Amino acid sequence: MELLSQIFHTLINTLYDVIPIAVIIFGFQFLVIRRPIPNLKRVLIGFIYVLVGLSLFLLGLEKALFPLGRLMAEQLTNPAFIYDGLESALQTLHWADYYWVYIFAFSIGFSTTIAEPSLIAVAIKAHEVSGGAIGVWGLRIAVAIGVAFGISLGSYRIVTGIPIHYFIITGYVIVVIQTFFAPKMIVPLAYDSGGVTTSTVTVPLVAALGLGLAETVPGRNALIDGFGLIAFASLFPIMSVMAYAQLSEYRARHSQ
Amino acid sequence: MMGSLRDLLPIILVIAFFQLFILQQAIPNFLDIIIGTLFVIMGLTFFIYGLEMGLFPIGESMANAFAHKGSVVWLLIFAFALGFGTTVAEPALIAVALEASQVAANGGMIENTAESMKSYASGLRYTVAFSVGLAIVIGVVRILKGWSIQYMIMGGYGLVVIMTAFAPREIIGIAYDSGGVTTSTITVPLVTALGIGLATAIKGRNPMIDGFGLIAFASLTPMIFVMGYGMLI
Repeated sequence: MELLSQIFHTLINTLYDVIPIAVIIFGFQFLVIRRPIPNLKRVLIGFIYVLVGLSLFLLGLEKALFPLGRLMAEQLTNPAFIYDGLESALQTLHWADYYWVYIFAFSIGFSTTIAEPSLIAVAIKAHEVSGGAIGVWGLRIAVAIGVAFGISLGSYRIVTGIPIHYFIITGYVIVVIQTFFAPKMIVPLAYDSGGVTTSTVTVPLVAALGLGLAETVPGRNALIDGFGLIAFASLFPIMSVMAYAQLSEYRARHSQ
Repeated sequence: MMGSLRDLLPIILVIAFFQLFILQQAIPNFLDIIIGTLFVIMGLTFFIYGLEMGLFPIGESMANAFAHKGSVVWLLIFAFALGFGTTVAEPALIAVALEASQVAANGGMIENTAESMKSYASGLRYTVAFSVGLAIVIGVVRILKGWSIQYMIMGGYGLVVIMTAFAPREIIGIAYDSGGVTTSTITVPLVTALGIGLATAIKGRNPMIDGFGLIAFASLTPMIFVMGYGMLI
């Protein structure tokens, strides 16, 4: 019974998110375009599927993965866990002592990105538009590696306290250089993949990790240093997707 | 269904591995977790179906209709409405705006009262939503004109770097993050379909080169506008 009311509650919440979009789309369709929508029935059923799917997805995440993921982020950043095995807790911690945090950051970044619905959507489109040249899984794995690397580096930044803009500006410089050498076709898609990666699944878990770390590491302020992981997660996929295209191009050229 | 299971397998493995081997703790509420995971798998399956049946076709058919109607003004108004409307109600953005108002209050940028924090948060929300609307408009104009994306994005990066030097230090992390959180799960497929539909309908545009890129603008402008907001207030 409780489960049913939870499902209903999530459905209503998702409905609130979808309503503005539906109003804009159908408003413009009827008032400005003034033409019947092709396959209207099919489109409406599609919208209902999206609504139901997203509600179930969010509810499931909230019931299963988020509590565990948040708890784990807290436990892994807990000093008791990190100090464990060290001779004295009084000694200042070296950044390398947080190695489990980095490994966790990497794997959680990778795995949540693989499950990210909006990335699946973009990968399907890219596969279709490129005539199969860009593989759905190839793109998703490339993006996931970028996110994983970005979040690990972002955790390292929180631990060491180096200002975020050094990393981001260096990242921009690399992106700009890579843009000149990457195949022209991939550039817009690579830029897009930066924004796409961080949504429903990744953001809550990554935010928990960032806040947990910033609260634990001495000298960090949760409100200032806890942010910024998302920025890393949206910058590095740009590089990894361009690298993926460069690699495929290189391999295609050398296999002939 | 099998596809969704495969999409979720990595995350399940990661959590199970860390829980059982590294933290060495039993998984609490095991039943809840099984039910939740089933929900996630079913939800993802439905979502992907709905995507191909509803969101993609409508995005493309609207792009097509606008392109044939030839009314640039209406297209741009639609682009702005889509960007603004989908962002302003985005739960992730509401959460970030609230946190930002706390940072601002702690840093003494605004008065530490519920009233001023609330107005700061909603001001920030509208700023970001406006910037996303503007981003989609810029992106659509780019598709219409066939400008190449890299110089525009680099220009944006340049602006971000310059603004970083002048913006209050407390706001920088939030500003950088706000670029990533604005684009939601429903907005991304729609906006992507819109861009590709436009690039397909207009002669001389390549959907691969011109069709993508709208999301890139939508994740860049919020950074600039949030830092600007931090500097002004």
